[in-house]
Amino acid sequence: MEKVLMKGNEALAEAAIRAGCKCFFGYPITPQTELSEYLAKQMPKRGGVFLQAESEVAAINMVLGAAGTGTRVMTSSSSPGISLKSEGISYIAGSDVPCLIVNVERGGPGLGSIQPSQQDYWQATKGLGHGDFHLIILAPNSVQEVVNLVTKAFDLGEKYRMPVMLLSDGLLGQMMEPVEFPEITPSQADNSAWAACGTKMEREHHIVNSLYIEALDLEEQVKRRYERYAKIEETEAMAETYLCEDADIIVTAFGATSRVAKSAVNKARAEGIKAGLFRPITLWPFPKAELNAACKNAKAVLSVEMNMGQMIDDVKLALDCRLPVSFFGRTGGVVPSPKEVLEELRKLNGGAQ
Amino acid sequence: MTYEILLAGFGGQGILFAGKLLAYCALFEGKEISWLPSYGPEMRGGKCNCSVTISDEPIGSPQVLEPDLLVVLNGPSFDAFMGNVKPGGKAFVDSSMVAQKTDRTDIETFYVPATQLADDNNLAKGANIVLLGKLLHETGIFSFETVRKALEKNTPAKRAHTIDNNMRALQLGADYAG
Repeated sequence: MEKVLMKGNEALAEAAIRAGCKCFFGYPITPQTELSEYLAKQMPKRGGVFLQAESEVAAINMVLGAAGTGTRVMTSSSSPGISLKSEGISYIAGSDVPCLIVNVERGGPGLGSIQPSQQDYWQATKGLGHGDFHLIILAPNSVQEVVNLVTKAFDLGEKYRMPVMLLSDGLLGQMMEPVEFPEITPSQADNSAWAACGTKMEREHHIVNSLYIEALDLEEQVKRRYERYAKIEETEAMAETYLCEDADIIVTAFGATSRVAKSAVNKARAEGIKAGLFRPITLWPFPKAELNAACKNAKAVLSVEMNMGQMIDDVKLALDCRLPVSFFGRTGGVVPSPKEVLEELRKLNGGAQ
Repeated sequence: MTYEILLAGFGGQGILFAGKLLAYCALFEGKEISWLPSYGPEMRGGKCNCSVTISDEPIGSPQVLEPDLLVVLNGPSFDAFMGNVKPGGKAFVDSSMVAQKTDRTDIETFYVPATQLADDNNLAKGANIVLLGKLLHETGIFSFETVRKALEKNTPAKRAHTIDNNMRALQLGADYAG
């Protein structure tokens, strides 16, 4: 298929339809608007439902309802909207139903700014609502990878019966790149054991619920969920490495920031600084083993993020603090420049030049 | 070969469209591309810019901070960006909108009265394309045939008549020698 130029937001929407997504419920917010705009035009023509809800809270509960019937369903928003959805996301996790949630991050806290940010790393990986639970968090860094990960997100969600988040940002959402849509046949996992889609008076009711009156029952349910999480941590972590083999300094960065970091690593290499880039593609599960392997010859690590330092915690934990890990970031909607990152690499390599 | 291009002006001057044409030309030639608009609480008359990177290699940061090629269509953009052009780079300035002149001698600057030329030739709002014509003439990155293909791809059927107008605007820019 020929390559087309598309914005990250539009490409994500097209990929979701091709992946067999049948329902979208959302509420508009910058910088994700092109995504819902695209689906508003296309979903009705292509056998799906697009519904603009009266609020984010309503939208996420519609997602819970559709997911409970075993339908491929998604929602998208940007940071403040995701905060509003967090209650519903906790209910979805507690009900063990799959769905795709897209966060095209912007600056925070509060209404913040509409420019790109990665300030929701903690929220996404550690605290997307109350209770013991995880989402699988996928963090693409190009429009093509956005497309490739959408199908994967739906598949993973159904495989493990849990919500999956695709964490984008204003930069990835707004930029256009050439993109190719791979030929795929959407394959929905068998949900006949749990989907609440009508008994036809032929079987017991399937009940989709997150309420447990008996504490011991809930404990057992949470523990079973954590067995699934353990399996995910073991098998589903993904990362990309770039020039890590002989690197003295490993830069860790995800999403759009990894593009900036890669430019900086190339500039550093041109100056003889042995830098490499480690990019987690799954933020949860965090690719711990992969990071340790990438750092085998490293003397220092630099975490570069569009926030005040959030992923750096996971980097330190994964490395058991055996290497010095420093941080560089811009926040509030400011994108770091390769030059600024290069300057940090020069310092780490033995002082400013 | 990598070209980092920044186009800047007011919203409504066709900054994003001119950038898109370059991106599509690059697509037809199988290049790596990134096109990144400035976005914000902006409107017609507000500031607007667009980063386009065209390369044979995968592209890192899509933000163009130090352009090889700069296109400016208003005074505030001239003040903001002329100092950032890479030494050896080229700048294309709409001199009907920009009164300033640069004192930089390490870049080549082309002053084209693009808005005036467009208005005089019944091509209102064609200044973006006039400057693009000059840029293509001076750099030879893409042929006019490729631009025509890009225009065809990006012009809705009911506005097909604008394709010829835009091709005329390109030629005006290319021919301007002043």
